Amino acid sequence: MRNPVLEIHDLAKTFRLHVQGGIEIPVFDGIDLALHPGECLALVGASGAGKSTLMRSIYANYHANGGRILVQHRGTVVDMVGAEPRTILDIRRRTMGYVSQFLRVVPRVATEEIVAEPLRMTGVEAAAATDRARALLARLAIPERLWSLAPATFSGGEQQRVNIARGFIAGYPILLLDEPTASLDAANRRIVIELILEAKARGTAVIGIFHDREVRDAIADRLFDLKPGELAA
Amino acid sequence: MTERPILRVRGLTRLYGRTVACRNVSFDLWPGEVLGVVGESGAGKTTLLKCLSAQVEPTDGTIEYDTRADGLVDVFALSEPARRMLLRTDWGIVHQNPRDGLHMGVSAGGNVGERLMAVGARHYGNIRSEVLDWLDRVEIDTGRIDDRPDTFSGGMQQRVQIARNLISRPRLLFLDEPTGGLDVSVQARLLDLLRQLVASTGVAAIVVTHDLGVVRLLAHRLMVMRGGEVVEHGLTDQVLDDPQHAYSQLLVSSILQV
Ligand SMILES: Nc1ncnc2c1ncn2[C@@H]1O[C@H](COP(=O)(O)OP(=O)(O)OP(=O)(O)O)[C@@H](O)[C@H]1O
Ligand SMILES: Nc1ncnc2c1ncn2[C@@H]1O[C@H](COP(=O)(O)OP(=O)(O)OP(=O)(O)O)[C@@H](O)[C@H]1O
Ligand SMILES: [Mg+2]
Ligand SMILES: [Mg+2]
Repeated sequence: MRNPVLEIHDLAKTFRLHVQGGIEIPVFDGIDLALHPGECLALVGASGAGKSTLMRSIYANYHANGGRILVQHRGTVVDMVGAEPRTILDIRRRTMGYVSQFLRVVPRVATEEIVAEPLRMTGVEAAAATDRARALLARLAIPERLWSLAPATFSGGEQQRVNIARGFIAGYPILLLDEPTASLDAANRRIVIELILEAKARGTAVIGIFHDREVRDAIADRLFDLKPGELAA
Repeated sequence: MTERPILRVRGLTRLYGRTVACRNVSFDLWPGEVLGVVGESGAGKTTLLKCLSAQVEPTDGTIEYDTRADGLVDVFALSEPARRMLLRTDWGIVHQNPRDGLHMGVSAGGNVGERLMAVGARHYGNIRSEVLDWLDRVEIDTGRIDDRPDTFSGGMQQRVQIARNLISRPRLLFLDEPTGGLDVSVQARLLDLLRQLVASTGVAAIVVTHDLGVVRLLAHRLMVMRGGEVVEHGLTDQVLDDPQHAYSQLLVSSILQV
């Protein structure tokens, strides 16, 4: 088997809420996992178990308290825990994508440019990136008349599809998906499943949170169970 | 990745009598990187920015800038004329108050063109066409090139300042509350413009602001200051979404974010 693209050792996360009298919320501890190209791991566990927190910690959006997140990046292995911000940003630009549950709307920027941006950041010329963005938006059934508008006024499902297009356009080797199909109807859900399966076939490693059993069964190769209270007791 | 920072700051301290305006600030800024600085009123943000841009002399510490000719040099070890030359060519400063950054009695075109002349442009026709291009880029009606900025709205003045500073292709930009004092719709427009210009020109920048929405959109990295000291420093979205220091948590939780 090829080397893992992502390897996590002994990852720990505890929130300390100083504003609320310094209370601590231990979320997980001692997480180990490895992910190979083309593989999809689904995070499962009850609401509040820490699925989103684990995913955000892997993306370095949350600060891990301990452990290592080893990523294959530009031909070497980089530990994202404790890495310099510019190293993390470079990993996000080239290696690891993240689709959050909701789109963060950038004011005044046209949808097709929002989608094209990650591809442009990898060095692809603007016109080519925009063409690719339009093709993805079409595939995700976003009406053409919306492409040149900012997504601020879009419906929840339209915004989520813009978010998905943005996550898929750059072809990252590692893709993190937090409930990508949550606000979508059945037809669009099927399109997203197809996109994920195609990405896997091209070698993309996926970590996903999928509430929908059907989606999970169609995509995931393995489950990773996060049980609350099962912290290194 | 480039291996040399454009700015290297170590132990920067500035006292005013017994007031500690900023203390022991250290960081590296890399080419093309945008650093945000946030913190409550009086935290020392403007003082820090003024020291970094050589407008105020530090009490202690060093600021090294990666000059085109000689690599990293101590900014305050440079001669006064050499330092002024940096300010007029390599660096841009966008002041919170446009009155501090513009000649109100000179036409908008004159304000924008001046810095182009500082970097050696002499041909009137070329200067004027480049000024027109930049007024257009900051979305100012080019028909107003000969009007004085004191006949412009606050948001327009701010955009003239930005054009004036970016036209000479600076390598490092200092911005103090660039969207402060403007109404919300104008802020969004200016912010979007700044975002595009920073990305397309690759200029490195330090942005002081009260607005966490501004840093979220603009800054790669964020520094949180309190009482003159940096209490937290890291990746912007990490500091905003998972702040570690008690003061950063308070700041993030008490301000409505976009
Ligand atoms: N930014 C944060 N600050 C403080 N606590 C947080 C933060 N994010 C998550 N938590 C806490 O961490 C725990 C895990 O939350 P998380 O969002 O990871 O759960 P989840 O498994 O994704 O749940 P769901 O299925 O409901 O989305 C919860 O107790 C939550 O309150
Ligand atoms: N020229 C000066 N003379 C004396 N004290 C000064 C001077 N400039 C700043 N200070 C003091 O230094 C401290 C930091 O001021 P500074 O202007 O840097 O704060 P700031 O973080 O920019 O605040 P604000 O958000 O209100 O603009 C304050 O206590 C201020 O009174
Ligand atoms: Mg969740
Ligand atoms: Mg100030």
